[in-house]
Amino acid sequence: MLVPLTLAAIALLIVIDSWPSLSRFGLSYFTTSVWDPVHLVFGAAAYVYGTIVTTLVAVVLATPVALGASIFLTEFAPRRIRGPVAYLIEILAYIPSIVYGLWAIFVMVPVMRDRVEPALQGSLGKVPVIGQLFSGTPVGLDLLSGGVVLAIMILPILTAVSREVLLAVPPTQREAMIGLGATRWEAVSLAVLPYARPGIIGGIVLGVARAFGETMAVTMVVGNSSRDISGSLFVPGYTMASAIANQFVEADSELYFSAIVEVALLLLLVAIVVNTIARYLIRRSIADRPQGAVV
Amino acid sequence: MTVGSRTLVLATIPERHRVTSRRRVVERLIVSLLALATLASVALLLIILGYVVAQGLPAINVDFFTQRPRPVGEVGGGVQPALVGTLVLAAVSGVIAIPVGIAAAIFVVEYRTGRFATPVRFAAELIAGLPSIVIGVFVWAFLVRGLIGHFAALAGAVSLAVIMVPIVARTVEEVLRLVPNSLREAALALGAPRWKVIMRVVLPTARAGVITAAVLALARSAGETAPLLLTALGNDFFSTDLLRPIGALPLQIYRYAVSPYDDWHTKAWGASLVLVLVIGAIGLLLRVVARQRVN
Repeated sequence: MLVPLTLAAIALLIVIDSWPSLSRFGLSYFTTSVWDPVHLVFGAAAYVYGTIVTTLVAVVLATPVALGASIFLTEFAPRRIRGPVAYLIEILAYIPSIVYGLWAIFVMVPVMRDRVEPALQGSLGKVPVIGQLFSGTPVGLDLLSGGVVLAIMILPILTAVSREVLLAVPPTQREAMIGLGATRWEAVSLAVLPYARPGIIGGIVLGVARAFGETMAVTMVVGNSSRDISGSLFVPGYTMASAIANQFVEADSELYFSAIVEVALLLLLVAIVVNTIARYLIRRSIADRPQGAVV
Repeated sequence: MTVGSRTLVLATIPERHRVTSRRRVVERLIVSLLALATLASVALLLIILGYVVAQGLPAINVDFFTQRPRPVGEVGGGVQPALVGTLVLAAVSGVIAIPVGIAAAIFVVEYRTGRFATPVRFAAELIAGLPSIVIGVFVWAFLVRGLIGHFAALAGAVSLAVIMVPIVARTVEEVLRLVPNSLREAALALGAPRWKVIMRVVLPTARAGVITAAVLALARSAGETAPLLLTALGNDFFSTDLLRPIGALPLQIYRYAVSPYDDWHTKAWGASLVLVLVIGAIGLLLRVVARQRVN
């Protein structure tokens, strides 16, 4: 009985603590990006924006890789290496977030700053409209780096869920296509993937849920400085979770504090909604199999 | 099959359905791309672990485990308080989370017809999906500001426990479902009350799985950083007092990683190596145990 009570207590305390900010700023909290602890004006739009952008980058980068790996591991790889390689990718999920952060600061960020970001600017930066994304000075500690770290971190869960879902596709789906003279890729793309689609989408949604709540690794590379919303990925930003981690302890007035707790409230609500959707989609795909440990 | 009959068969298949060389090339290309995605995922794991080992090893010596951190500028010292803190936090959070998680699982499996089974399961799933920083905010409001009044090891342990409960509950739930119903029925037929059946028959049968669940949850929580930032705070001095702030390896890594000193960076890598090794050892152990159970 303690479990539902805990959940209720979490929700209740967070609502109570964010009440001053909720009642004071109302909707403008979500539409403005002025975050001024001195004059006690708070709008979290920049944090929401940073979270959405890093999560999008993460999902866009991780999905093709994870999907590719899971298709390879269920359909094409030599049988003997399937299990062990899948296990290796799963290990990525057990590396603590703080270790990703450490690696990202000292290894990934310099590479991003000196190689990847200038290269992106040189190539895609000249394309109209998309070029906007890659404008500004490559600093390394920015939204793009945050997104890339998140991509690595959600890779294992995306791969594991897609793999689980693909394994649950009845073999008759493949056999029927191959019997009709299809090549193996044609069988996969025309008969297996459509069958597995809801589950794969569920996996992506679960990846989204992981990505936007992730705190430490993102906090360490996302920059934590700019409060303006600009169209570029090369600007330091904040995500909701990193804003909490950075400012929680230093909040010195009740309103400031409650504004930060409201960020947590927002995270809580989105987490509940997104997770519920993901679980529904995945369950539908793996209907009569026991839930895997990863899901 | 002779050449003649093959030509005959081919002639009956419309041109666009034959395995032409173009279709074969597409197949090869796609399979190589899929293999590349798999390779990239595994490479990421090896790169990250490789850096942790290569950068972390130089930091490891006897002092690293037995000394407390020295002030900036002084070479030497270690992370002993953080190491002890991690152990204390693991012990206390385990004592809280493991019984609660097991109880929740029993509730869901053994009393599944009861009114509370569904809400318990649903709540556990929702808590499992919450970002850990949100749990940190909750425990801060509940214990750090509320019951205890200041940052404390106990608050840190509770936040870890909240993270662990759903993991324990879900894993134990799966194990309990594997216990054959005939065992329960046999005990009930002998006149044993429900609770006695669970304590004397069901749990002992599932013992190995229950232990696995507990260890898995401990491994997961050992790397948590974000909630500790808001609850245990960190402490450079040796402390086992539950009502005072306490250090932890992830906190130490964070502090060292974002500092500007090379010596501290090395120590951050060293602490990461220790953390990864501990989690890795636990994971390996679990795999061996799981395999033995299957055999």
